[in-house]
Amino acid sequence: MKAICFYFQIHQPFRLKNYRFFDIGNDHYYYDDFADDDIITRIARRSYLPANATLLDMIHEHGKKFRVAFSLSGTALEQLEQCVPEFIDSMKELAATGCVEFLSETYAHSLASLQDPEEFTRQVRAHDAKIEQLFGQKPKVFRNTELIYDDDIASMVAAMGFKGAITDGARHILGWKSPNYVYSAASAPKLKLLLKNGKLSDDIAFRFSNTDWASYPLTADKFIGWIAQLPQEEQIVNLFMNYESLGELQPRESGIFEFMKALPRFAAENDIHFWTPSDTLKALKPVGTLTVPYPMSWSDEARDTSAWLGNVLQQEAVEKLYSIAERVHLCDDKGIQQDWNRLQTSDHFFYMSTKHSADGTVHSAYSPYSSPYTAFTNYMNVLSDFMTRVEQQFPADIDNEELNSLLLTINNQEAEIEQLKREVEMMRGNITNDLTGDFEPDEVVAVEEPAEEPKEEPKKPKTAKKTKDTAAKPKTPAKRTTKKKTDNTK
Amino acid sequence: MKALMFGWEFPPHILGGLGTASYGLTKGMAECGDMDITFVIPKPQGDEPKDFARIIGACHTPVAWRNVDWSHVEQRLAGVMDPQLYFALRDHIYADFNYIGTNDLGCIEFSGRYPDNLLEEINNYSIVAGVIARTVECDVIHSHDWLTYPAGIHAKQVTGKPLVIHVHATDFDRSRGKVNPTVFSIEKDGMNQADHIITVSNLTRRTVIEKYGIHPDKVTTVHNAVEPLSQELLDVPVPPGKKNKVVTFLGRITMQKGPEYFVEAAAQVLRKVDNVQFVMAGGGDMMEKMIRLAARRHIMDRFHFAGFLRGKEVYELLKASDVYIMPSVSEPFGISPLEAMQMGTPSIISKQSGCAEILQNVIKVDYWDINAMADAIYSIISYPAMYRELRENGLKEVDGIRWNKAGAKVIDIYRRLTHY
Repeated sequence: MKAICFYFQIHQPFRLKNYRFFDIGNDHYYYDDFADDDIITRIARRSYLPANATLLDMIHEHGKKFRVAFSLSGTALEQLEQCVPEFIDSMKELAATGCVEFLSETYAHSLASLQDPEEFTRQVRAHDAKIEQLFGQKPKVFRNTELIYDDDIASMVAAMGFKGAITDGARHILGWKSPNYVYSAASAPKLKLLLKNGKLSDDIAFRFSNTDWASYPLTADKFIGWIAQLPQEEQIVNLFMNYESLGELQPRESGIFEFMKALPRFAAENDIHFWTPSDTLKALKPVGTLTVPYPMSWSDEARDTSAWLGNVLQQEAVEKLYSIAERVHLCDDKGIQQDWNRLQTSDHFFYMSTKHSADGTVHSAYSPYSSPYTAFTNYMNVLSDFMTRVEQQFPADIDNEELNSLLLTINNQEAEIEQLKREVEMMRGNITNDLTGDFEPDEVVAVEEPAEEPKEEPKKPKTAKKTKDTAAKPKTPAKRTTKKKTDNTK
Repeated sequence: MKALMFGWEFPPHILGGLGTASYGLTKGMAECGDMDITFVIPKPQGDEPKDFARIIGACHTPVAWRNVDWSHVEQRLAGVMDPQLYFALRDHIYADFNYIGTNDLGCIEFSGRYPDNLLEEINNYSIVAGVIARTVECDVIHSHDWLTYPAGIHAKQVTGKPLVIHVHATDFDRSRGKVNPTVFSIEKDGMNQADHIITVSNLTRRTVIEKYGIHPDKVTTVHNAVEPLSQELLDVPVPPGKKNKVVTFLGRITMQKGPEYFVEAAAQVLRKVDNVQFVMAGGGDMMEKMIRLAARRHIMDRFHFAGFLRGKEVYELLKASDVYIMPSVSEPFGISPLEAMQMGTPSIISKQSGCAEILQNVIKVDYWDINAMADAIYSIISYPAMYRELRENGLKEVDGIRWNKAGAKVIDIYRRLTHY
């Protein structure tokens, strides 16, 4: 018995508009909406929608036997919600069949896993919340941006409670091992790994309509035959690809949808099942551990992170971006949070690659820029503006620790005032009860309170209102809350 | 293989890119081996390098018989020509050219520059070419630029050997389309008579095919290259106390080079940043207009005209610069960005220049796109990573652009023509 595990990736970045250095400080809208709309609508029409329809047909035809997994980035979902809402509906329909699993990833399809663990966790949570909100499913298996993976990431992913992760079956990691097994992570033995079968995945994603390819034309019969011929022990074949492979890279007229439709029939003949990653993890035990000391990915010839961090430009841009991460986390401005997500998308750095030859062709084919240098210039101009905006929220001369405590004060202020008010009310009540209303209330406050509470509290109610007004410069309340906090802990 | 080349300039006495390119190519071909090159120029000074080509001066070639003795010739031509060669040439005078005005050795005077009576000088040069072609043995004739096409044609008629013409520029580049009919007819005649045409870029190749109506099969592109710089030039001192970023334009201030776009881009950048200076080095007929333009944009406090720079000064300026710009409207090749890259200065070049076809690690903009140009300048002076990446990759890249590769391609063309 064997199984095929399909997973499709959908991602689109928010492309930046031509942002000139004059715009820095003046224009805070960074995106090329026209291009985004144009591209996502085209791909949805040519690929996502017909592919969804095909998968839905297959599920209806073969009952629960045909199962697939999807990974949708948050940025792509945002664009699809805006431009192609019918796709979201069709995805919901797919989700309702119970044969579709949604995978976890970073919201912005970002490189946070390599740069900032805190941001990484935040984004994964944000993404999973979005998936749950849209499709009512909580992702259980994690796949990182472009299948970037190493031992550190494994630890972080395991700590977040995921049972499995998906990554590439890169030659330099696997060596003689086969990707057609389940492995476990060396740094987090409980985390199971599913590895992409590069050859068979690319047969569909890249070579399907290539007439120069020796195995052209690829039929479902032939393809399932290859899988059936694999050694008995190799039970799982992971076919991971971009969703636009169906319909866009391999156009409809190449017969790709018919090929997909025919797969389950031939699979059934050969006793080959379709599993989602979760099914696979339940059914199979890891055969060994994988150690990945340096990050790998599914991109470029080198299968490492050089596609995004390979040159000085990319390193500089990423470094500058994440240097303000902590600051941005302190902001609650919606606009800043949104831009923060969108600027992290890995594609921006992909466009800056100065690689040549085959890899270079791929980079420039996807890039909206004429050269990596233009990509860098444009991105840095946008980033400069974004950084000044963050700066405006909080001046740079206050360090993060201090800022953090100040913000805590401001945020807790309401609750604190409420609590103190209640105390005062209660005491007033007590006094009036005790003294049967002989005194004027004014006097009561003045005389009684210090007697009851010798600490700082009595002053509070008077200053409370003031703090509310002067929330912008909360120097004094800061000290107070820290003390307050210690009181509470006592 | 023996090649007879006609050129107009040769280092160290150069007026433009033509001399540098002729020199580099000749040297590159010599490095490929098995080449015997005779290079004819109008007026050698005697200090030209002679180790890889034999230099013959047109102004030392007799076109009218004079009864002079050995010692007189030896004394008159000391350092520039072997008396033996003089007498060999004298034996091949083919007509009486006394009416032109010749000196005591029977030679015509040449300025070797671009004088007002340039057409006359070109004609005289081709007369001399007849004598040289009859004397010097060759397998192929190679003419550099339109000034020498008539000489090449004449030599071809005399010897019957194949003629290669090397188009370093066309009049369409020099005049932004307002072509001088006389120059055009000389160029067109040369291209028609040539057995093969070499252009310095695909851009020029297209001009030759489209504007001069030449069959594409006859035209091949051989991109120019650069000589590695000497250590002395690489080590030129940078003026101390440099506080500001420097952005440099270097070249003739003429219509072809697009100086006004540089001024406009500078004005834009200066509206945003003030720690930058702009330098326009070179002379030309548009200089006064540019000074007026810069004044009108109120940027003269940050915009400097450095005048015409010579030799080492050029490299000092390049080294002190943070950005080099060549916004040429039409540049057949453009060697200067390559030199800037050799000095480690990031370059911005126009897409309308031939060198844009082979360079990767430069910023390419349309010459008219002053917005993009200003953006590029701003980026290089504001983002250190951008500067570093362009600088280091540029150095690496330009290191691989060598004349011997260009030379090999030219030799290949010779072989095809001569069935050598």
